[in-house]
Amino acid sequence: MATEAISVRVPVRSAGHDLRAIKVVLHREMLRFVNDRTRMASMLVQPVLWLFVMGTGLGSLVRGAIPGIDYRTFMYPGMISMTVIMTGMFSAGSIVWDREFGFLREMLVAPVSRGAIVVGKCLGGAIVATGQGILILAMAGLVGVPYSPALFVTLLAEMFLAAFTITAFGVMLAARMKNMQTFFGLMQMAIMPMMFLSGAMFPLANLPSWLHVLTVVNPMTYAVDPLRQAVFSHLDVPAQVDAVLNPGVRWFDFQVPVMLELGLVAALGLALLGVGIAEFRRAE
Amino acid sequence: MAADAAVAVRGLRKTYGKVEAVKGVDFEVRPGEVFGFLGPNGAGKTTTISMLCTLVNPTGGSATVAGHDVVRDRDEVRRNIGLVFQDPTLDGYLSAEQNLRFHAELYGVPKGMVGDRIRQVMEMVALWDRKDAKVMTFSGGMKRRLEIARGLLHSPRVLFLDEPTVGLDPQTRSAIWGYINQLRLLEDITIFMTTHYMDEAEYCDRIAIIDHGEVVVIDSPEALKASVGKDRVQIQTPDDAEAIKALRERFGLEAAVREGAVTFAVASGEEFVPRLFAELGMPIKSVSVSRPSLDDVFMSYTGSTIRDAEAGDGNTAFMRAMARR
Repeated sequence: MATEAISVRVPVRSAGHDLRAIKVVLHREMLRFVNDRTRMASMLVQPVLWLFVMGTGLGSLVRGAIPGIDYRTFMYPGMISMTVIMTGMFSAGSIVWDREFGFLREMLVAPVSRGAIVVGKCLGGAIVATGQGILILAMAGLVGVPYSPALFVTLLAEMFLAAFTITAFGVMLAARMKNMQTFFGLMQMAIMPMMFLSGAMFPLANLPSWLHVLTVVNPMTYAVDPLRQAVFSHLDVPAQVDAVLNPGVRWFDFQVPVMLELGLVAALGLALLGVGIAEFRRAE
Repeated sequence: MAADAAVAVRGLRKTYGKVEAVKGVDFEVRPGEVFGFLGPNGAGKTTTISMLCTLVNPTGGSATVAGHDVVRDRDEVRRNIGLVFQDPTLDGYLSAEQNLRFHAELYGVPKGMVGDRIRQVMEMVALWDRKDAKVMTFSGGMKRRLEIARGLLHSPRVLFLDEPTVGLDPQTRSAIWGYINQLRLLEDITIFMTTHYMDEAEYCDRIAIIDHGEVVVIDSPEALKASVGKDRVQIQTPDDAEAIKALRERFGLEAAVREGAVTFAVASGEEFVPRLFAELGMPIKSVSVSRPSLDDVFMSYTGSTIRDAEAGDGNTAFMRAMARR
């Protein structure tokens, strides 16, 4: 039994303190993820189904149309982004969960800025989603993508960026939501069209103009395209096939460079993060 | 006095739409005391505590906690208070220790002290041996103990406990009170709590009775009971009829036989007993003096028992729900 109380003096608020808050919120996100094997496995099921069942089925149909490449190789970057996005959204959804079960209150009454909590959450979601993406990266060989360290580093960085932005988007949605069902309903509603219009499932070349417009305004397009360009740069495919499957994104006659695409994703992520923080500040 | 009060409240008000949840309360809590907020559900206890904890902005009035204004110096207030809410705010998927570590980081407890301090507060609530268990496996009482430990982790100057024992079995309730009392010896801390259990209000140094958003009276439980006036005295005598007659003739007291003893009410019963022996003029076999209970106190200040007050609230809520149909 302790006889002498250890008296703690909590220091005044500082950047260092906010940094610790970011770190611990992030750390909790990872602990929760690592402890939940079921979630890890279930997050893998969907992209694997798409890649190996849909991909194989559709691939046998279009084999003649795209010589020299497996359709699954084409889908692979799309499935990476899908995994990352689902995982990131789930992490963001845990805010609603925390609110329902009271833990959010523990965070919101602490003497730290709301910003630190939201940033911690977004970084945590991004890291967890990138971790999940590594499992998809491990399957590269099965779909004919070479295990090249340079490629993987590029993919990891791009995954992290996409995951951060989507988690920020999810956090912004979750900021006001009171129950899980609403959040997951809305999440499905938002994710499905974004997936379909992003070029994850089919190439964005030669589309009817209305569909082309939708794909260009879809922010996810700019997260998927860099992944695909990175993968295709490490493949040996005929030029005309590359033009069909990996056309990049065009604004009228302007071919959008990868760096600009990544910049757009990053800028959007920061903007969403800002909105999320503002919402949490206002919610008090 | 106001400067070094642990909590000082001036004309604090909160309205939700047209409903006045708290109608301008004033009180001060002295450093080191256990201060109880006693009232029925819906009296404004939780709203008041939420304003003091910076969770709800007051509509009017002001309050300082540990010398800091709850509106202007919100972070400073938060740094100096510990909170235990009515509803659990633990992460069930983390272990008990992980929950406390999370709190320590969030409150910026100096790194070198975290481990020792966690151990100390967990030992205080006898949960150290369960530190690695996931919180979701804990019983309601264990969760509450863990929350109290967590509330103490950053050595707050004031610990707020909102109905700390509600929904717990009597044994756990008394264990929690054991920890709270032990805490007062170990730590330099002021405790502000709300309760609607009369027997728990007895543990407080002072209590404020709150009803319909207003503080009706503030004093120590002893003084409050004394203010009700009369103690209850019961005596055993060989001849009850004779004793009743003697009481009326010599002291002017009306007595009756209750629970097999001659029973009457008198101010400061303990001081009356020696006179009783000297002047009654007949042998007394036994005597007992009992103070009025807090139930009597609540009754005399609010005009209803706490249970009736709650039942009344339930009824109006029910009527309102019916009227909406």
